[in-house]
Amino acid sequence: MSVDASTVRRIAHLARIAVNDDEIEHLQGELNAILAFVEQLNEVDVTGVEPMTSVTPMNMKKRADVVTDGGDADAILANAPAREDHYFVVPKVVE
Amino acid sequence: MTDLTTLTIAQARAGLAAKAFTAVELADAHLAAMERARGLNAYVLETPERAHAMAKAADARLAAGKTGPLEGIPIAVKDMFCTQGVRTTACSRILEPFVPTYESTVTANLWRDGAVLLGKTNNDEFAMGSSNETSCFGPVVSPWRRKGANTQLVPGGSSGGSAAAVAAFLAPGATGTDTGGSIRQPAAFTGVVGLKPTYGRCSRWGIVAFASSLDQAGPFARTVGDAAILLGSMAGHDPKDTTSADRPVPDYAAAVGRSIKGMRIGIPKEYRIAGMPAEIEALWEAGRRWLADAGAEIIEVSLPHTKYALPAYYIVNPAEASSNLARYDGVRYGLRANGNDVTGMYEHTRAAGFGKEVRRRVMIGTYVLSAGYQDAYYVRAQRVRTLIKKDFEDCFAAGVDAMLTPATPSAAFVVGEKSAGDPVEMYLNDVFTVTVNMAGLPGIAVPAGLDGQGLPLGLQLIGRPFDEETLFSLGAVIERAAGGFAPERWW
Repeated sequence: MSVDASTVRRIAHLARIAVNDDEIEHLQGELNAILAFVEQLNEVDVTGVEPMTSVTPMNMKKRADVVTDGGDADAILANAPAREDHYFVVPKVVE
Repeated sequence: MTDLTTLTIAQARAGLAAKAFTAVELADAHLAAMERARGLNAYVLETPERAHAMAKAADARLAAGKTGPLEGIPIAVKDMFCTQGVRTTACSRILEPFVPTYESTVTANLWRDGAVLLGKTNNDEFAMGSSNETSCFGPVVSPWRRKGANTQLVPGGSSGGSAAAVAAFLAPGATGTDTGGSIRQPAAFTGVVGLKPTYGRCSRWGIVAFASSLDQAGPFARTVGDAAILLGSMAGHDPKDTTSADRPVPDYAAAVGRSIKGMRIGIPKEYRIAGMPAEIEALWEAGRRWLADAGAEIIEVSLPHTKYALPAYYIVNPAEASSNLARYDGVRYGLRANGNDVTGMYEHTRAAGFGKEVRRRVMIGTYVLSAGYQDAYYVRAQRVRTLIKKDFEDCFAAGVDAMLTPATPSAAFVVGEKSAGDPVEMYLNDVFTVTVNMAGLPGIAVPAGLDGQGLPLGLQLIGRPFDEETLFSLGAVIERAAGGFAPERWW
């Protein structure tokens, strides 16, 4: 499978990465090189093979359903690029 | 007094215990060496004040006789580990202003045991790369050069800064992360020891997430014994990482020097790839001989799905990366660029903050997970991954204790040689290491010789899950036979 220019634009939008028109052709070439490389996986017979979901066989531990953390708004906001009091500030979302 | 930077961790520990020097003197020697070696660009942040404070505290504990296993030992930390109050960037512009308000579990374990932070080391942006050329702080220059030449070589990647720092005596040990070979490949390129533990052995909590089912933290050191000492502190169960293994941490250092008599060592025939340099083949043969001379039994084994590991990896890895890196949206931390609306802000922030390789992987990952393509790509790759893991399980079930392979398909290459072309060209560097991450197994790279141009080459040992001890025992045999390798100081 290979991607065309409009698919590259769609992927960039889905990935929320702004791409200039003059970058599309180059990106398309790079993505297609990678897609051509992974194409060989189609040679493998995977009938009846389960997809791997757990790297090491283990039961996932569940922690007690209790509050262990919180009340740390200052620390959480410490690295925010824009904030007001204990809020993150973003461009207007609702008109 | 001897140059304190040449000491191994074991030697430094003995010297501190014998009061031959202080932890402050040991830290100072390294800080001075780091200053002289700034041209290598191994560190992206030096932390002399923190080093002094930690070393002073270590000296006080040494004087009081209350010491941890790494008391006073200076350590370099890859910039993928969050360090409280110390800038942590993953070497990406998008995290350039980020100062964590918490400490990663692995580094917290090191400080608990008395280690001293020297600084944060360079890496490929978000650990995506095999040459340390994608860092927003610029490439790391390897302390190694070809005989009679002064061309700049890459140290490998992604943990290129940690590997170069240990090889150039700018730290006796360092932390790294390994998603597809990011500890073992740079270790091999710089002539040091690097271990990727079993998935789950070290907590991933507080490490900048890249591909969560593949990422694992591990140590760099100049000797197998030092790597074992470091892993003993780094490893352990952590309730904050649900994939962290709840099992005791063995005395890894005790495995160094243990007899390997009667161990069965598999030589996977699929690793004999077309176009492999004769020097790598000869090194592999030497490794077989050394292990056999020490009493191991060498047997040929087959891992039939080996050739599919790299293509499957280049689906699973970008898929997980694209999900993990969705968090960089310019809202909660990191860089923000302006846009006309909130979506425009996201898109411009990510375009300005991510470098080329990161953008490429996020886009590939987005594509293979998008509606209509997920089964054809991602689910198929995860099925292939099951087969890759089963290849190893079959060998281990047949009585193989560990496998011996080359660590890399070549010695270090020239800065710029592979970064300009087809991205797949760079990916092929990890051909011998990615299988191990895909199967979640432990692997160690041990320096084993120099090529005709005087550059280090490494051998890789792959073990059963949670059997790092066997890797340390076998690695020590190779180390004893091959000797150690250090670059000539030119910087």
